[in-house]
Amino acid sequence: MKFSVIIDAFPYLLGAAVTTIWVSLLGVLLGQVIGVVVCVARQSGGRVADMAGGVYVSFFRGVPLLIQLLLIYYMLPLIGIDVPPLVASIAALGLASGAYVSEIYRGALNAVPHGQSEAALALGFPGSSIWTRILLPQAFRISVPALVNELILLLKASSLISVVGVAELTRTSQTISASNYRPLEIYLAAGLIYLAINGALALFGTLVERRLQQA
Amino acid sequence: MTAVSRTATPSRAAGQGDTVQGDAVPMVSIRGVGKSFGTNEVLRDIDLTVNKSEVVCLIGPSGSGKSTLLRCINFLEVYDRGEIRIEGKLVGYSEDTPRRRLSNRDLRDLRRNVGMVFQQFNLWPHMTALENVAEALVQVRGMDKVAATSHARRMLDRVGLAAKADSYPARLSGGQQQRVAIARVIAMEPHLMLFDEPTSALDPELVGEVLQVMRDLAADGMTMVVVTHEMGFAANVADKVAFLDRGRIAAFGTPREVFHESTEPRVQQFLQTYHERNSF
Ligand SMILES: Nc1ncnc2c1ncn2[C@@H]1O[C@H](COP(=O)(O)OP(=O)(O)O)[C@@H](O)[C@H]1O
Ligand SMILES: [Mg+2]
Repeated sequence: MKFSVIIDAFPYLLGAAVTTIWVSLLGVLLGQVIGVVVCVARQSGGRVADMAGGVYVSFFRGVPLLIQLLLIYYMLPLIGIDVPPLVASIAALGLASGAYVSEIYRGALNAVPHGQSEAALALGFPGSSIWTRILLPQAFRISVPALVNELILLLKASSLISVVGVAELTRTSQTISASNYRPLEIYLAAGLIYLAINGALALFGTLVERRLQQA
Repeated sequence: MTAVSRTATPSRAAGQGDTVQGDAVPMVSIRGVGKSFGTNEVLRDIDLTVNKSEVVCLIGPSGSGKSTLLRCINFLEVYDRGEIRIEGKLVGYSEDTPRRRLSNRDLRDLRRNVGMVFQQFNLWPHMTALENVAEALVQVRGMDKVAATSHARRMLDRVGLAAKADSYPARLSGGQQQRVAIARVIAMEPHLMLFDEPTSALDPELVGEVLQVMRDLAADGMTMVVVTHEMGFAANVADKVAFLDRGRIAAFGTPREVFHESTEPRVQQFLQTYHERNSF
C-alpha cells in the first residue's frame, strides 16, 4: 500500500465522482417522472395502460441493468438514433429506476386510506387535483425511505455505465490503475468515495424523513 | 336584474320537467331506490323526502344500509333502481337517456352543493387545519389563495377552532378534527349536508362539541341527513327520523312518532338494545 498513490489520483477520482453523482441524479429524476406516470397510468388509465405498465415494470426489473444498457447503446443506432454513451446511460438508469419507483409509489398509494380521496371527491375535486394535491403528496411522504434506498442502489449501479466508456468513478479508477499498476489503492479509494456519497445520501434521507414527520 | 325582465318572467318554474315550483321542490327526493352488491340486496324500494332546512336522521342496526343510502345521495355509491333527485336534479344519471351515467364534470357540479362528513373525519394529514378548509375553495371554486385562506379562517372560527388554524390534524383531538371536517364542508356553502356517524369514532367526552356544531347548523337552516346512533340528537334535533332495517325503511315520521308511537317490533327491539347498552 502506498498512500501517495491515492493522494496523486484523488483529484481525478473526485472529478469522476462528480460525474457519477450527476449522472445518477439525472437517472433518478428521469426515474421519478417515469415512475409517477407509469404508476398513475396503471391505477387510473384503464386495462390497456395497466397491462402496458405491467410489461414495462416486469422487463426492467427482470433484465440485468448491464444488459439493458448494452441493448439501448447498441440497438438505438440500428434504428437510426445515434446516442452518445452518456445519454444512453442516463436513459438506461432512468428506465430501470422508473420501474422500481412506480412499484414503490404503488405500494405507498395502497397505504393511503380510501377516505382521503373520497373526501376530495365528495367536495367536487377534479380527478387531476385529487392526484396532485391529495394522493401523490401522501404517497411521496410514505415513500421517502424507499426512494432514498432506490437512490443509493442506483448510484452504486451507475458503476455499470463504465462499460460504455463514460468516465465516471469506476471507469476512471480502471483507467488510472491500468497506467500506474496500483489497482488496490485506487479501487480502495473509489470504494471509500462511493461509501461517503451514499452515507451523505442516507443522512439526507433521514433529515427529510424527520422534517416530513413534523408535519 | 331590471324590473322589465322580472315582469317578463313571472313564474319561478323550475323547468326540470316536473311542474313543481320554487320552494315546493324538495331538497332530496328518493323514489323507489334499490341497490345490490352482487347478490346482496342492500337497499330495497326506498322512498324518502327531505325538505329544505329539514334535519332527517337515519337510524337502524349496523349493516341495515344507512351508509349505502347516504352515499347514494351524492353518488359515491351507484344505485341500481329508482331515482334520487337533489333540488329537482337527477343524481348520477342523465335526464334524457335512461340510466346513462353523468359525466365526471356534471357529477362534480352536483357534489359541490352537497357536503359530506365522515365517521373517520378524512382530514388530509399533510395539510394544516386551515389548508384543509381552504383547499377545496381553490381546487373546486377557483378562488385565489388569499381569498380562500381568509374565508377558511372565518369557517374555522365558526366551529370554534380559529386558534388551531396552523395545527396539523395529528395534533388535534378527534372532536377538533371532526369540527375542522365540518368547517371544510360548510366553507363550500353546500345546500345539503350528509353526515355518516359523525361522532361514532369519538371518545364519549368529545361527542358533545361536535353535536353542538351540528345543532348550530340546523338552527341556521341547513338541510341535513344524519346517520347516527345518538338517539338524543335524533330525538331533539331531527324533524324526521327514518328507521332502516335490512335495506327497507321500516318506520318513518317525527321523532315522537318513531320513538314513542311506533308499533313496529324491530324499532322497539332496536331501541330496547340501545337503552340497555346506554344504561349503567
Ligand atoms: N362496498 C361494498 N361492497 C360490498 N358490500 C358492501 C359494500 N358496502 C356495504 N356493503 C354491504 O351492504 C350492507 C349495508 O352496509 P352499510 O350501508 O354500510 O350499513 P350501515 O351503514 O347501516 O351499517 C352490509 O351488508 C354491507 O356488508
Ligand atoms: Mg354505516
